[in-house]
Amino acid sequence: MSSGILNEIKTLIWKEVTLEWRQKYALSGMLLYVISTVFVCYLSFNLRRNQLTPIVWNTLFWIIILFTAVNAIAKSFSQERYGRLLYYYSLCSPQAIIISKIIYNSLIMLLLSGMGFVFYSFVMGNAIGDMGLFILCLFLAAIGFASVLTLVAGIASKADNSATLMAVLSFPIILPMLLMTIKLAKNAMDGLDWSVSTDEISTLLSIDLIVITLSYLLFPYLWRS
Amino acid sequence: MRKSWWKILCIVIIFYVIFMGLMGPVPRLAIINESIRNTYFHVALWLAMTTLLFASMIFSIRYLNKGRIGDDDIASELAKSAIFFGILGCLTGSVWANYTWGDPWPNDPKLNGAAVGILIYLAYLLLRSSFEDEQRRARISSVYNIFAFAVFIPIIYILPRLTDSLHPGSGGNSTFGSYDFNSDIRRVFYPAIIGYILLGLWLAELRIRIKVINRVRDEALITSDKIS
Repeated sequence: MSSGILNEIKTLIWKEVTLEWRQKYALSGMLLYVISTVFVCYLSFNLRRNQLTPIVWNTLFWIIILFTAVNAIAKSFSQERYGRLLYYYSLCSPQAIIISKIIYNSLIMLLLSGMGFVFYSFVMGNAIGDMGLFILCLFLAAIGFASVLTLVAGIASKADNSATLMAVLSFPIILPMLLMTIKLAKNAMDGLDWSVSTDEISTLLSIDLIVITLSYLLFPYLWRS
Repeated sequence: MRKSWWKILCIVIIFYVIFMGLMGPVPRLAIINESIRNTYFHVALWLAMTTLLFASMIFSIRYLNKGRIGDDDIASELAKSAIFFGILGCLTGSVWANYTWGDPWPNDPKLNGAAVGILIYLAYLLLRSSFEDEQRRARISSVYNIFAFAVFIPIIYILPRLTDSLHPGSGGNSTFGSYDFNSDIRRVFYPAIIGYILLGLWLAELRIRIKVINRVRDEALITSDKIS
């Protein structure tokens, strides 16, 4: 049974990857989105470079990542046609579908936030004290954003005005995660000892876990409608 | 008079809370002074709101399990009266903050969390209004409701405790319970919570009845159209 689900998940992730690879415009569009947003921020702050304090640097980066995540994941359910969804419905269990979507979206988010971070620190400067902790933070945030937004995208795709609904539903829910991430990233920038940030890391991990479990439990009901 | 005892109880408790809340003995504390009486209104309103939201989540779970549309009606109306209490809780808290902390909206994690919590549930109402089909709306908004409650509890009760908050019980501040020597507060505070919960249930019940009546009337209209 469990190996059957694992097989399904593997196949579904593979299907998503090939699908993405065939229509390259989606992924490259998102990459271009990150890069152009970062560049716009860079140009806007160009007038007063000295006012870009570490706090502004940090907050700006995470807000860019948040908007990228919302835009990238919003299409994860609306991209596919109704008929094809019905076809998956007859083939695999909903649990396999949601887990594969979460894993795939986490991978996309890791790629996007990694690229975004590299480009962001390239143009806006990089003042991070503890690189390892910042990368851990990036990792946790990518997984967390992906898992929250996947379920919300599933909910929003059922309604008609899904673009507005996606933002309205996801922003308040993602806020605690965003605040924790910003705090953890600030600790990383100041190069504080890891023991200072154990609270934040454990909170982020537990929020991630709660969200993934809830998605796993609730998605079958969403899928049936 | 079918099962109306709890409404009478609700009225009695609310009057008791208003009377004892304004006139009863309270501990004397610096800075807070007489504004400690707001505990009966502000804190009790928040606790009542959390209880109502919890009940709303329970009914959402029941809807997903059994598929009865009535459970979803109850869940949504409980959430609505909880939002009403949340807004009242924000207003009473704002009055209190104005006199003790000197600012109607101090930058405090708990306040901001509360505002976000209310936003989550307003989004829930928006989600409900964007579906035409009843069963579909019920199913999808139930899923969101359960998800929202699971996020709401960390925002209100867990995250503020990790950071420094002006509120009692977080950031090393003590709660009022440790000052309440004669349990003067407790004698009014616990009834206040029950009273507000009953009031919220009453509000929800009235709205559920309106909904049910409307549904029956619509169905009657449809059937009479078919006949004529």
